[in-house]
Amino acid sequence: MSEAYIYILTMAAVTYAVRVLPLTLIRKKIKNRTLRSFLYYVPYVTLSVMTFPAILSATGSPVSAAAALIVGILAAYFGGSLFVVAAGCSIAVIIIELFIV
Amino acid sequence: MRKQNYLKGLVDSLPIALGYYAVSITIGVAAASAGLGIAESGLASFTSFSSAGEFAGFSVIAASGSYIEMAVMQLIINARYILMSAALSQKLEQNTGITERLIMGLGVTDEIFGLSISVPGRLSPYYTFGVISLTIPAWTLGTITGAVLGSIMPDILISAFSVSLYGMFIAVFIPPARKSRIIAALVVVSFALSYIMNRLSMFDFISGGTKIIILTAVISFAAAVLFPVKEEDDV
Repeated sequence: MSEAYIYILTMAAVTYAVRVLPLTLIRKKIKNRTLRSFLYYVPYVTLSVMTFPAILSATGSPVSAAAALIVGILAAYFGGSLFVVAAGCSIAVIIIELFIV
Repeated sequence: MRKQNYLKGLVDSLPIALGYYAVSITIGVAAASAGLGIAESGLASFTSFSSAGEFAGFSVIAASGSYIEMAVMQLIINARYILMSAALSQKLEQNTGITERLIMGLGVTDEIFGLSISVPGRLSPYYTFGVISLTIPAWTLGTITGAVLGSIMPDILISAFSVSLYGMFIAVFIPPARKSRIIAALVVVSFALSYIMNRLSMFDFISGGTKIIILTAVISFAAAVLFPVKEEDDV
């Protein structure tokens, strides 16, 4: 077995363990109110943290990225589905980068 | 019901799969420049299925780091999945079987987590099975494409695809923020603190993945103490 495969196996094993252990070990509804509240807020906080400011450097220019952010927030606010919001962001970037930047 | 959930997962994950295909082209380029062959690059993506983890992992391979270093690096960068996986465990029916949980574990990524948590009510494992049966192959194929073709895809397409991933995040946290002032405030606070932590050079020694963990833990814990959820708010 070559070195590269041991690296790849290590990456895969650690990543899978981290992902699967809580899912398999936590079988019951968590009773502690603070812990339940914590887990309730985690998704929104972590997705917000991952979105900003990272989105600003995801495209060819901060201007097109900022446009995508604004379009995305507006589309989601007015009830756009996951696909509509994602597509809206992409279209905003294409328009800005083709015609403006 | 199983088949319906599976098909719904397939359909809902289409934008993620497209985005993954584009993003993983960059991963393939990185794998090739770290010295991995085409098959090895594809295998790494098929088995790890993690952008930040793979980028970091390839840097360890390129530097011929130790296996311990590789393991610790993966643990730190992917530690946020512990929180996501724990949150998902609360969204499942309690009687969900071990095999189903083991398979679901394959698909805990930022985007799939976002999608799964936005499903109303309980999460069916078959929904996740649908999601991963499209996204893992897309991620793997994109990586292989990147390793083979290098970077000949036009930049504007890469930009459009990468930003669509953030669009999916936005689609998950904005609708509840509209309904709840607490979540709206949390989004604003998260944006602000994340901006500060990423722009101030005093935090440069902390990796991107670790910043996400610290911010998520601190902000969510503060919110949990200040605004504990009532029973009916819970997932």
